[in-house]
Amino acid sequence: MSEFQPKIVAFVCNWCTYAGADLTGTSRMKYSPQVSIIRFPCTGRIDFMLLLKAFANGADGIIVSGCHPNDCHYTSGNFHARRRWILFRGLLDFMGIDTRRIEFSWISAAEGAKWAQLVNTTAENIRKLGPFANYEKLRHQGVS
Amino acid sequence: MEALKNKAREWLDSRMVQLVIGYSQGSGDSVRAVFVHDPGQVETLLFDSRCRQNLAVYLLKPEVKKMGKAALVANLTTLRAVLQLAAENQIGEHDVLTLTVNPAGELLVLSTLEAIETYVAISAPDLSVEEKAELEKYEKLGMEERWQFWQEQFSRCLKCYACRAACPLCYCSRCTVECNQPQWIPVPAHDLGNLEWNVMRAMHLAGRCVNCGDCSRACPVNIPLYLLNQKLISDVFRNFNARSGMAAKAENTLSTFKPNDKEDFIR
Repeated sequence: MSEFQPKIVAFVCNWCTYAGADLTGTSRMKYSPQVSIIRFPCTGRIDFMLLLKAFANGADGIIVSGCHPNDCHYTSGNFHARRRWILFRGLLDFMGIDTRRIEFSWISAAEGAKWAQLVNTTAENIRKLGPFANYEKLRHQGVS
Repeated sequence: MEALKNKAREWLDSRMVQLVIGYSQGSGDSVRAVFVHDPGQVETLLFDSRCRQNLAVYLLKPEVKKMGKAALVANLTTLRAVLQLAAENQIGEHDVLTLTVNPAGELLVLSTLEAIETYVAISAPDLSVEEKAELEKYEKLGMEERWQFWQEQFSRCLKCYACRAACPLCYCSRCTVECNQPQWIPVPAHDLGNLEWNVMRAMHLAGRCVNCGDCSRACPVNIPLYLLNQKLISDVFRNFNARSGMAAKAENTLSTFKPNDKEDFIR
């Protein structure tokens, strides 16, 4: 049987990480194909419910990435997002959800190489963790 | 509690308030909320250690607002809920008068938000020693054990939303649960929807919950929702040094930030 290929969903901001991922491509850098990128206006827009929906729809891992602190296109979206992630991550951990499955990162538009590296290491980590079996059981109880 | 009854009568007589929201004897040994309009009804009012319900939950209900200005018989967490509602611009300085009984058994009239602020300063910094110990007990479990524990708890959830109805800070007239385009929270009470609902309820109260515990008491299947709230209260205090319901002009934890908020997980 072939090796487990994880499904990774990346929630990225339009202004930094999406442009950074674009740079990865235009620089012809190869990286793991398991990632599906979803572009958002800002990390401040990335509601925690969206991450839960990704898991509910079969993601094994999640990447959340945006502009470095002080580089936000809207000045403070990433600072607000950071507070939310700090609390959300703590809550998920408390509920027994493996937070190693959610990777948070700051990647600027100039960091194409960092994006490639982030996706590769995340894919590798998730591959080691295996399919998200706990959530898989819930999932079959009723996702449209 | 003669002083309480006298004060309520005085306020109703003088038309300073049109309504007193307080506690009265319920069935058996329980107490229940009572809405007193008529000075003749103040005899039903009482206040003792059984009066734990957070009556601030009624303040924002349209049907209660219609009754006119209210006086609230409040315990400590109710007062904190009033301050938090003020911090969120849900009630103003002149919308409510509060009456409370201090640990020495004396009636206190807290007629301004400032007076409430001074009084609630007696509450514990974030959680009490017992609460911290219980929280730690669960935090120390292995990840799989924590998952099993919460799955077992949530498997009983009926999606009745009694936790939401009992909460003085769940006041949105249109909750995310009712949003169905897209359907954020699945309607049937299956394990996935139950998990999502409970994560969402806890997160939407992050940095706002005043730890009154009414969600857990309202829960017909005894899910320990207070643990989730207390986890977030403890994290908010530890990470942002913030406490909800302590000041009428406080900033909301999740709608503000500090450039130097500490985390160690963002690469």
